[in-house]
Amino acid sequence: MAWFRKERKHSRSSRERLEIPADAWEKCAGCGHVGIRGQFDRNLQVCPECGHHRRISAGQYIEILTDPGSFTELYADLRSEDVLGFEGYADRIAIAQRKAGPQDAVITGFARMTEIEIDLAVMQFAFMGGSMGSVVGEKIARLARRSLEEHVPLVIVSTSGGARMQEGVLSLMQMAKTSVMIARLHEQGIPFISILTDPTTGGVSASFAMQGDVNIAEPGAVIGFAGPRVIKQTIGQDLPDGFQTAEFLLERGMVDIVVPRSELAATTARLLRMMLRREPQTVD
Amino acid sequence: MAFELEFEKPLLELERQISQMRRLAEERKLDVHDEIVPLEQKLGQLRVEIYGKLTPMQRVHVARHPRRPYTLDYIRNVFTDFVELRGDRLFRDDPAMVGGWARLHDRPVVVIGQQKGRDTKENLHRNFGMAHPEGYRKALRLMHMAERFHVPVITLIDTPGAYPGLGAEERGQAEAIARNLEEMAALKTIFVAAVIGEGGSGGALALGLADRVLMMENAIYSVISPEGCAAILWNDASLRERAADALRLTAYDLLDLGLIDEIVPEPPGGAHADPAAAQRNLGKALEQSIKHLESMKPEDLLHARWDKFLAMGKLAEA
Repeated sequence: MAWFRKERKHSRSSRERLEIPADAWEKCAGCGHVGIRGQFDRNLQVCPECGHHRRISAGQYIEILTDPGSFTELYADLRSEDVLGFEGYADRIAIAQRKAGPQDAVITGFARMTEIEIDLAVMQFAFMGGSMGSVVGEKIARLARRSLEEHVPLVIVSTSGGARMQEGVLSLMQMAKTSVMIARLHEQGIPFISILTDPTTGGVSASFAMQGDVNIAEPGAVIGFAGPRVIKQTIGQDLPDGFQTAEFLLERGMVDIVVPRSELAATTARLLRMMLRREPQTVD
Repeated sequence: MAFELEFEKPLLELERQISQMRRLAEERKLDVHDEIVPLEQKLGQLRVEIYGKLTPMQRVHVARHPRRPYTLDYIRNVFTDFVELRGDRLFRDDPAMVGGWARLHDRPVVVIGQQKGRDTKENLHRNFGMAHPEGYRKALRLMHMAERFHVPVITLIDTPGAYPGLGAEERGQAEAIARNLEEMAALKTIFVAAVIGEGGSGGALALGLADRVLMMENAIYSVISPEGCAAILWNDASLRERAADALRLTAYDLLDLGLIDEIVPEPPGGAHADPAAAQRNLGKALEQSIKHLESMKPEDLLHARWDKFLAMGKLAEA
């Protein structure tokens, strides 16, 4: 049988092999594309091949959405407390604080977005799945009150698995609390733009995240009331492809617009300028 | 076989003895008065004793008891002149949510609530009291009608939760609940909510952003079911007792935490032991709440509602 076997000649490139450390490569979870990490970094963690949006931190959103150096953090000293004595909660808080920073599952403050003053809240999934407890509710409510008093538009970037069950009904009531403030903004005609990112479900999607004058979703983001696992359990079958994605919600009429990460700031600012009856931004 | 709760077995046994004795007495024309009176006294004491120290999980069972009065039972027995109005005018009528015009002691009101079924057939029709988005949209439509005609809104809350299914997601369950919250926060009319059984998470709160929130003594109100909580945290739904303790979901817990305004007492043995008494108590409490709210200036109502919910939450400032 050896007659068709051919000795493989190892082709050796004339160039010297580049020594690339293993962690310099990254793989896209959407399409499997492998690229140099810098490629993902430069592209705001969006896959250059398929457009898959990776989850990014609150800090990265603040960087993407606001004018450089314009963000001033507010209410950073609010801390979650294990008020119910819920088994394991104190430890979970400590771990989350080490992992995601002490400000809990949302960072709040004010900034400029292409020179427009905004109040900005960005949730962090890394802090206990972006769950909403008393601190998240209070920070959102205080920020919305600032918007109301200062007549500054409100922008909230959401990502959350829902209410934080370790705070029991206290966490459920944060849905009511934040809704009260959004209702008051609506009454006064102060713009509120909600940006929904992957994933936004449960008590957050069923309160302020769905209450924007405009609801913007990032491509591919999973958005819904119940999580996919719960629905699967309820109906006893697999979910259709693309169920509960941003595009699905757009088609069903639940979000206004799907905007890629690179255009979030520009689109939000364009809308705000019109809502505030400002001149369009002049492009040099 | 009739539904029995484990901790109620001594009560049910005593009830059986009493009714047996009565039957026997009737058949044989005997006077058993002297025998029955002490048994009935014992039954009454035992009820007070057992119901005086219910664990949180036992209360969950009572709140879910299949003979507990449901929304339509309260509507039929506490209210008069009920005219049910159906449909959300958008998609369909959701039988898991009922509502319409009625009178509470002659005063016209709009009453709305989730409706569970008594048997399998009715439960399938009512979807076990788990509303779809169209149910919440129907509720909102009725709330706005009440606002238009300046009559109070009364909601009766009794649901395991908003339905987590394909159609519900497709038609915007999250949006429907979010919209109700926002609209309730702006509703310009008197609004009283009462949790009569299960207050299951967002699906319950979607009827609950009210001027006064009452809870029946054995009702529960929770961010997640004890079973769901145990499954997520400890991978074991059978640890629901532990979860029920931790979640602080009883009426007494909620009053302590400042999340509800009032507990409506139930008769000893729970609302299912004496539905008429439970209905009387709720009727009285609703009437008092409305009277109290009517004494306030309408423009103060909304601010008081806002302030109440804005104060909810417990945290620390570093």
